[in-house]
Order: sequence, then structure tokens, then C-alpha cells
Amino acid sequence: MNYIGEILPALLNGTWTTLWVFALTLVISIPLGILLSLGLTKGTKNPLAVAIRWILNCYTWIFRGTPLLLQLIFVFYGLPIIGVVFDRNSAVIFAFVLNYAAYFAEIFRGGFQAVDRSQFEAATVLNLTRWQTLRYIIIPQVTKIVLPSIGNEVINLVKDSSLVYVIGIGDLLRAGNIASARDVTLVPLVLVGIIYLLLTFVLTMVQKQVEKKFANFD
Amino acid sequence: MLELTGISKQFNGRTILKNLNLQVTDGKTLAIVGPSGVGKTTLLRIIAGLEDADQGEMTWNGAKTTSEELRKQGILGVVFQNFALFPQYTVRKNITLAPTLSGTSQADADKKADELLNQLSLTEQENAYPSTLSGGQKQRVAIARALALNPDVLLYDEPTSALDPALRDNVADMLNQFKQAGMTQVVVTHDMDFAAKVADTVFKMPIGLEA
Ligand SMILES: Nc1ncnc2c1ncn2[C@@H]1O[C@H](COP(=O)(O)OP(=O)(O)OP(=O)(O)O)[C@@H](O)[C@H]1O
Ligand SMILES: [Mg+2]
Repeated sequence: MNYIGEILPALLNGTWTTLWVFALTLVISIPLGILLSLGLTKGTKNPLAVAIRWILNCYTWIFRGTPLLLQLIFVFYGLPIIGVVFDRNSAVIFAFVLNYAAYFAEIFRGGFQAVDRSQFEAATVLNLTRWQTLRYIIIPQVTKIVLPSIGNEVINLVKDSSLVYVIGIGDLLRAGNIASARDVTLVPLVLVGIIYLLLTFVLTMVQKQVEKKFANFD
Repeated sequence: MLELTGISKQFNGRTILKNLNLQVTDGKTLAIVGPSGVGKTTLLRIIAGLEDADQGEMTWNGAKTTSEELRKQGILGVVFQNFALFPQYTVRKNITLAPTLSGTSQADADKKADELLNQLSLTEQENAYPSTLSGGQKQRVAIARALALNPDVLLYDEPTSALDPALRDNVADMLNQFKQAGMTQVVVTHDMDFAAKVADTVFKMPIGLEA
């Protein structure tokens, strides 16, 4: 018990790092993902739109097709070679946001495509502006469709945040590792596991609540 | 009066509409009839501004205009074949959403909704979500939603096709009531009996007008 009390502050410190990587990545990458998904959605044959779509497809292919760990290493150790230098924290957020926005963009692309075209048309003939159509008609329907997939990615993000150790940031897992190696015991890692479980438990609850809010229609 | 002249439309090089002329007289109901695939829906969508004609002109009370302008002026209302209700909103909200977003106060929009709900026998369903409604109820919500913006002309695509055949006469009665109240209506249908019940004028595609 005493031992737990001794290492807990270090673990909580690491948890704090895990949490800000998590929160910051989420609040930036979800809106960015929505924005990018609009560019990814098939629609006009306008050459500019086609070019943007092609670029965005390459982007999602690269960032979903390679490990986040590799992306993190490239951003922190690779980009300085061409003169782009990030501090550790910015590098983490930059890589995580690019990675997660790619996933969210694909999820939202699927969501937008699942909404019936007649919904856009009904909004149009009711004289709603493009923005009103998105805000009041389309996005609520897309949100309901994408919630389960977003939930999965959010849980993944909690666990992926442990990857920040490669560029020397002390997160929860790293704090547990250090204590475990120093004191030659698995107790810190058990605690780490419990903390991750608590975090994902809370998130699962939040997800259930949000899904409930959207349960009244299909 | 809404008038279309010389309307032509091709899809992928295939001519669907060729040099069509059409008049929609105030307070009358025009039925557009014809076999499947002849272009009835396409013509209605062109009037509604959901499809661009390749050629042709449109006038409203003699003045040249476009579907987009008519829409902006709130002249056209559309009732879709599949109704296209907004699934995330209650019946009442489906009716009040567009008016409130265009600047009508919530109180005024609700008052208008009360009238429409009452008129269309939907009062009990006002808090229901579309997925729980019957086909006939959905259609009446779709009509109420369009009427909430006080259009001058109401367009319907196949108003009987998604419904139980037993309801066909109810729909005809409803459209005739709207006509009594002065509404101008354009009804696309492949059902000649239904057309005979509601129409003052029948437009037979691809041939043209028959009184
Ligand atoms: N967006 C489109 N792209 C290509 N072809 C289309 C498009 N919309 C309609 N068509 C074609 O145009 C023709 C007319 O279609 P339309 O839906 O207007 O017919 P309709 O008279 O309403 O038929 P129905 O009675 O079956 O509803 C059809 O051959 C259809 O395949
Ligand atoms: Mg049709």
C-alpha cells in the first residue's frame, strides 16, 4: 500500500501527459476531419475539387497506411533535416492530429455519403442556406451514423498516446515502465493498466450517453 | 401564372425532354402524366430548380425568372415522392424549422404549425419522429412542411405511389381541398384515375397539353 502511495504521484503525472495529448488531438482532429471529409466527398467534376480530392486521398492513404509511431519519428527527427523543427510537445500534437484527422476524415466521408440525397434537396427547396443545411439537417444525421466508429477511434487514441515515449515524453506508460525497472516489480505496470481501464471506462460511458441522445430517431 | 417555354433536357447525350411548353394557371391543378421513364420527375425537378434545363425559359406572371429566384421568393413548395422528412426532428419541428431559419419568430412559426397540424389531422403526432409515422401521415407532414412557408405553387411527385391504394381517394380529396382554398398545384403521376380526380388540366408526356 505504501509502495503504491510512493509511485502514484509519478503515475498521475504521466496520466496528465496522456490526457493532454488525448484531449488536444481530439479537439483539433475531429473538426479538421469533418472539413477534410467535405473535400473527399465525391460531387462536382470541377478540376480544382478533383485535384483537392486526389491530394486528400493520398494524404489519408499515407497516414492510415503507415504506423503512427513511424509518423511521430519522422515529424520529430526527420522534418528538422529539411529545416522544420518542432519542440517535443508540438511534434506530438502535429503527428497525432495528422494521423487521427485522416481516420476521422474517412469516417465522416462515409457518414456524409450515407445520408440520402433527398435530404439535401428537401433542405434546398425549403430555402435553407448551405450552412443551415449542414448544421441542422446533415451533420446531426452524420453524427448518429459515425458515433460508433468515432468511439472506437477515441479509445484507440487513449492507448496510442503511449507512443509519445519514442521522442522522450513522459506519459503514463513510461512512468510505469521507469518505476517497474527501478524497483524490479510489476506493480507499477498493473497500476498503469488499471488507470488505462478507468480512462477507457469513462470514455465508454460518455459514448453511451451521447449515443442515447441520438437514439430517438432513425 | 407560371410558364415554361422550350424546355429541353439531355442526360448523357440522351434527349429526355424536347422543346416542352407548359402553363400552370393560378388556382388550378395541373397533372403531368405519362409512362415510366418519360421524364415527368425530371420536368418537375426542373421546375423546382433541382435540375438545370439545357434550354428553355421560365416566366412568373409574365416576368422572366429562374427556379432559383422563385425558390428565394418562397413561391414554390415541393412534396417529394419519398417525402424526405428530417428524421432527427419531431413532426412539429419538421414544420417549423425552415420558417424559423428564414427569420420567422418561433411563436409565429408555432402558430402556423398549430393551424397546419390541425388542418391535416396531425395534432396527435406533433411530437412523434418521422420513422414512427404511417405513409399517409408522413405525406401530410411533408405537405405541412411545404405549406409552412406559404408557397404560391405546390409541386408533388407521385403523391399516391408510396401509399396504400385505399388512401388514393383521401389524397385526391386533400388536393381538391387545397385547390378550393386557392392553391396552385402541379402533380406528377402515372395514375390516370387519380389525375382525372384532381386535375383541371392534364399534361400528357411526351405529347403535350390536353384540356
Ligand atoms: N440524374 C440522371 N442522370 C441520368 N439519367 C437520368 C437522371 N435522372 C433521370 N434520368 C433518366 O431520364 C429518364 C426520365 O426519368 P424520370 O425520372 O424523369 O422519369 P419519370 O417519367 O418520372 O418515370 P417514373 O414514372 O418511373 O417515375 C429516365 O430514363 C431516367 O433514367
Ligand atoms: Mg418519376
